[in-house]
Amino acid sequence: MNTPVSGKVFEVANGLHARSANDDGIADGDELLVADNVSLSFGGVKAIQNIGFDILKGEIRAIIGPNGAGKTSMLNVINGFYHPQEGTITFKGEKRSKIRPYMAASQGISRTFQNVALFNGMTTLDNIMAGRTLKMHRNFFWQMFRHGPALNEEIEHRRAVEEIIDFLEIEAIRKTPVGQLPYGLQKRVELGRALAAEPTLLLLDEPMAGMNLEEKEDMSRFILDVNSQLGTTIALIEHDMGVVMDLADRVVVLDYGKKIADGLPTEVQKDQNVIDAYLGVPH
Amino acid sequence: MFYREAGQYKTNYIADSAIFPILQDRIAIAGFLAIAFVIIPYFGNDFFINSMMIPFLIFSLAAIGLNILTGYTGQISLGTGAFMGVGAYACYKMTSIFPDVNIMIPIVLSGFFSAGVGMIFGLPSLRIKGFYLIVTTLAAQFFLEWCFIRVAWLYNYNDSGAIEVPQRELLGWIVTGASATPTTRYLVVLSVVVAMTWVASNIIHGRIGRSWMMIRDMDIAAELMGVRPLFAKLSAFAVSSFYCGVAGAMMVFFWLGAAEVESFDVNHSFLILFMVILGGLGSLLGSFLGAAFIWMLPIIIRAVPDIIGLNINAATVEHINFMIIGGLIIFFLIIEPHGLARLWAIAKQKLRVWPFPY
Amino acid sequence: MDLLYNVFVDPFAQMAALPDFLLQVLWEGFVSGTLYALIALGFVLIFKASGVFNFAQGIMVVFAALSLVGLHALGVPAILALILALAIMGVLAFSVERLVLRHLVNQPDIILFMSTIGLTYFLIGLGELIFGGEPKSMITSELGLPTGSTTFEIFDGILILQHIDIAAAVIAAILVIGLGIFFSRTRIGRALRAVADDHQAALSVGISLNQIWAIVWFAAGIVALATGIMWGARSDVSFALQIVALKALPVLIIGGFTSIPGAIIGGLIIGFGEKIFEVYWGGLLGGGVEGWFAYVIALIFLLFRPQGLFGEKIIERI
Repeated sequence: MNTPVSGKVFEVANGLHARSANDDGIADGDELLVADNVSLSFGGVKAIQNIGFDILKGEIRAIIGPNGAGKTSMLNVINGFYHPQEGTITFKGEKRSKIRPYMAASQGISRTFQNVALFNGMTTLDNIMAGRTLKMHRNFFWQMFRHGPALNEEIEHRRAVEEIIDFLEIEAIRKTPVGQLPYGLQKRVELGRALAAEPTLLLLDEPMAGMNLEEKEDMSRFILDVNSQLGTTIALIEHDMGVVMDLADRVVVLDYGKKIADGLPTEVQKDQNVIDAYLGVPH
Repeated sequence: MFYREAGQYKTNYIADSAIFPILQDRIAIAGFLAIAFVIIPYFGNDFFINSMMIPFLIFSLAAIGLNILTGYTGQISLGTGAFMGVGAYACYKMTSIFPDVNIMIPIVLSGFFSAGVGMIFGLPSLRIKGFYLIVTTLAAQFFLEWCFIRVAWLYNYNDSGAIEVPQRELLGWIVTGASATPTTRYLVVLSVVVAMTWVASNIIHGRIGRSWMMIRDMDIAAELMGVRPLFAKLSAFAVSSFYCGVAGAMMVFFWLGAAEVESFDVNHSFLILFMVILGGLGSLLGSFLGAAFIWMLPIIIRAVPDIIGLNINAATVEHINFMIIGGLIIFFLIIEPHGLARLWAIAKQKLRVWPFPY
Repeated sequence: MDLLYNVFVDPFAQMAALPDFLLQVLWEGFVSGTLYALIALGFVLIFKASGVFNFAQGIMVVFAALSLVGLHALGVPAILALILALAIMGVLAFSVERLVLRHLVNQPDIILFMSTIGLTYFLIGLGELIFGGEPKSMITSELGLPTGSTTFEIFDGILILQHIDIAAAVIAAILVIGLGIFFSRTRIGRALRAVADDHQAALSVGISLNQIWAIVWFAAGIVALATGIMWGARSDVSFALQIVALKALPVLIIGGFTSIPGAIIGGLIIGFGEKIFEVYWGGLLGGGVEGWFAYVIALIFLLFRPQGLFGEKIIERI
């Protein structure tokens, strides 16, 4: 699909892959997540109506649509932040209708946000370490003394985090509080934080919003590397059609909370409903 | 010029993750500890130790407690005074029920009582945020104050309604009660404060501290990263109240000698909050700087009229004191909302690159 | 069994047996509820317009009342003292905007909140320095406010209504209606609501934030003065009031932080609830429950309806 940019990235990525928790018994190309007939409304506003689609393991799945189409709401349903009134989500073969966000995280769903949601008071390093929260288990007693197992654990995870820092090429801002970083770098740190959790499914909510061309190219490269080197399944919301057509394996199109098309990028591109949704039709 | 980190290479992650990675900082800390443990007990007079150092250390500990909750976890609390009270009354009850037990055991155990009470009043924080939390902590403050008055069992049915500290020994030294010398009490307090500060620093720099800060900075994202809000918030309430409880117990046992409900009223909650704000939210060093500032400043202001020979009555000085503290709080918030600790960090940064601007 | 009886049966039996006493208790609750509502009103005004959680509202009440009494004690006629006290609140509003708020634009809410705590301390010191710390009595009759009381015979018993309490309720109603008209009908009122919605958007259409803030703080100062007079007339003018004023917080929790009717109804709920609980149930707990009852009610409220009675349901977006 693509070649890694440098040997270093390749090595690092392989190192990460070796420890990724991707041994969940689902082969590449099988259904990882299925949304079935999901509906969500806030008061009278119907954000999502009877949407159903699947995400296959190992693919990059794009969710597109005009503003207010319900894309972000869909991601929020997938990782348990919103609870749909109807329908179910099946993840790794396990059906659920209600879940708390931290449970979704522990099942291997990780995400980035439309408006960067970093921990502004913390450094880049701490932000990415934060992504490893679920991997760390040493109890309060050891934490109190920062010796023995707690310190070993901290250092071991620090090593994993440094690999991600290398991978994303953000070594120089390791100890900078993220609030001071420019927008493009914040987005990159946020991706790093999501990667640190070694997710099975990575949800990216407009990872390239507000970026210039060069930054978009960098980000696209990272997304492709993550997908091919780490084998992480990715669901992606993006407005830049060029990016979507290049990156995505399959695309689902939403409009006014309904699904209007689903298929390969080239198919979707020609779909009359999609063209109408984007360009508008005379009523 | 002497504050340079050039040449101090970190060759492993342990060294790079250390809490004080710069050599000069470690030397300075050692120096401060030497002064605190050796020079002050040796040269300090009773007034200095009893009226300045002991309360300063105790309030620093309470400020660390509140800072864990407010500065690191982002939950505002106005119940600090009451949580200190829980520690003090719990310690008093334990030492009157088990008079022969080493005094340090009830002091530490009293922290657990306070932690338990803190967790109960922390429960609403799971549903509500920000300013709303002020009300629940005020509920704790006023309800507990009421308990300290109405539940006579807490003060052993004394007619005065006060708790009075009995005499207790530690390793053969009299550490509490009227005949304990200020220096002995100071050393006990200092040891506890140093040990607990070290532990607080470890917790904050580890996984648990990080999960608190995640909740503080962006609670939704924290939950999506796998932090359980229930555990993170309640553990912050528990640890915070533990620190406040131990501070409260030490305040009565090693400083005041006797206390009534007034020692734990809402004004004390404010006092500790000021220390935390002025010192710096989310900074352990700030807790000490804030406590020193808020505690020492009035003493200095009180002393000024005498020194320059003015004859102002005590009440007037007290009023001026209030005005100065209030004014300074506003002033500091305007020039540096992140408190004294940030000013210190900026100074340090400047020193590191001196004589160049950056 | 005894406990259940004492908690669930006996208080109601007492209420039914002495209905005149119950009415008296309800009236007391109504009056203190009005005063809580007035303090809460000052809070709401400032919170609505600037998002500042003004901790100093309580001390502003004390300060306004002290200025009035203090000026009168210096020999200023009552009406002139009233006008001067208003002027002092105006100067205070102007200085707060000029010296504090203006420098803290765009800071997080918690910083603004802390600055009002600083202001509280400053005003406590200033008030005590100028007027002294001892309690003073309000110049009720000099201001032309009614004193004395009327006794009604009702349910074979008596109900005593203090005239000052009736006046307090009337003045509170006038204030609320007046502020309501001011906010909904005037240009400044509209600008103020615009500022409340979005500072930057308001600035962009040419509304002066500084002017609006000064006006709101002055309005809150007027409310504080009215509250101070009423409260002072019922008890004393003293700094202890500042702690009582914290009860406006639970009132706001129940009514919602931005709703003027909410502040009134919240105040009344707390006022009624507190008095009834103290009189009929307080004895079981050893009395003195008025100190925390309001907070506990607010806490329970928060657990079930975090946005208050009139607040909008919070939908979190991400």
